[in-house]
Amino acid sequence: MWHVGKVIALSDETATARTINLEVLDWPGHVAGQHVDVRLTAPDGYSAVRSYSIASGAHSEGRVEITVERLPNGEVSPYLTQELAVGDRLELRGPIGGWFVWRSHQTEPIQLIAGGSGIVPLMAMIRSRASAGSAAPFRLLYSVREQEAVFYREELRALTNNDEGVSLTYAYTRVAPKDWPRPPGRIDTTLITNATWPSNIGATCYVCGPTSFVEIASSFLIASGHSPDKIRTERFGPTGDRK
Amino acid sequence: MSSHIYDYLDGNAAAGELAKIFAVDVTAAEGQCAHCGATKRFAEAHLYMQCPGVVARCAVCEQVLLRLVSIRDRALLDLSGMTYLSLDTSQSEQPSK
Repeated sequence: MWHVGKVIALSDETATARTINLEVLDWPGHVAGQHVDVRLTAPDGYSAVRSYSIASGAHSEGRVEITVERLPNGEVSPYLTQELAVGDRLELRGPIGGWFVWRSHQTEPIQLIAGGSGIVPLMAMIRSRASAGSAAPFRLLYSVREQEAVFYREELRALTNNDEGVSLTYAYTRVAPKDWPRPPGRIDTTLITNATWPSNIGATCYVCGPTSFVEIASSFLIASGHSPDKIRTERFGPTGDRK
Repeated sequence: MSSHIYDYLDGNAAAGELAKIFAVDVTAAEGQCAHCGATKRFAEAHLYMQCPGVVARCAVCEQVLLRLVSIRDRALLDLSGMTYLSLDTSQSEQPSK
């Protein structure tokens, strides 16, 4: 059940988040939105398990990519983001989860809403859409502290060109770029109404972020007429190093 | 704005532990709360992990659906808070892409 992944590349997304690219020879493949459990074991036998969303799309044979945000008092994330080196090995369990997933045979419009590092599994969906050649129309609303905290910025720019069928709206919570149309602040009903699909077209919505963000975003979606049955959520929070 | 402190995750966070027990994915399974009768996906349950094991509570009535404690080579699973759990067994081996 546990696989061994060898670190083949590391890259910093932001000052506090790092993407870890792993080669997992016996990886059974995954679906966008799934996660993996990572187990670290100390020489004295003490072990800690944390759950991280998979960032890489489906169809990435033998490869698993995760992006880890360093939490100040984390037990696992400081190691993964600061000490882990290329060539090191990690134990992985997964892929895990069959509910918060997007499969390439889904053709309906898709609304993605990310709060901070909640972008990770949604990025896997955007990557899977591209690699599958899917024409499903996607919209992404990405709520993030400031520009410097954005993950995958260049790739998102490339994948959300008008021709690609994926549109992207950034919502900054602390610092907005100069001349940005919306002052920095938390998401609100106006933003949800303007930046997401109209509720009558039957979009499936995926919301991922801290629990408080997910509660607020999904309540706004429901208030603007989206059916609760079409909203899938994934929460992470302070109870572990999740994401 | 609400000042409520959210101290739970969701059923997805228990999937790794439950995968040790169930041969198929539990997050997409539909379960009925034995307390209020609500029928929801397990992924939608509120999950509390600040305890020796994990406790899943109904997203509607907040009563306990599931408790799971693992100690060394033994797992104790209490499902008395659910009247049933309906699992999709079509994808028990490989994830479809």
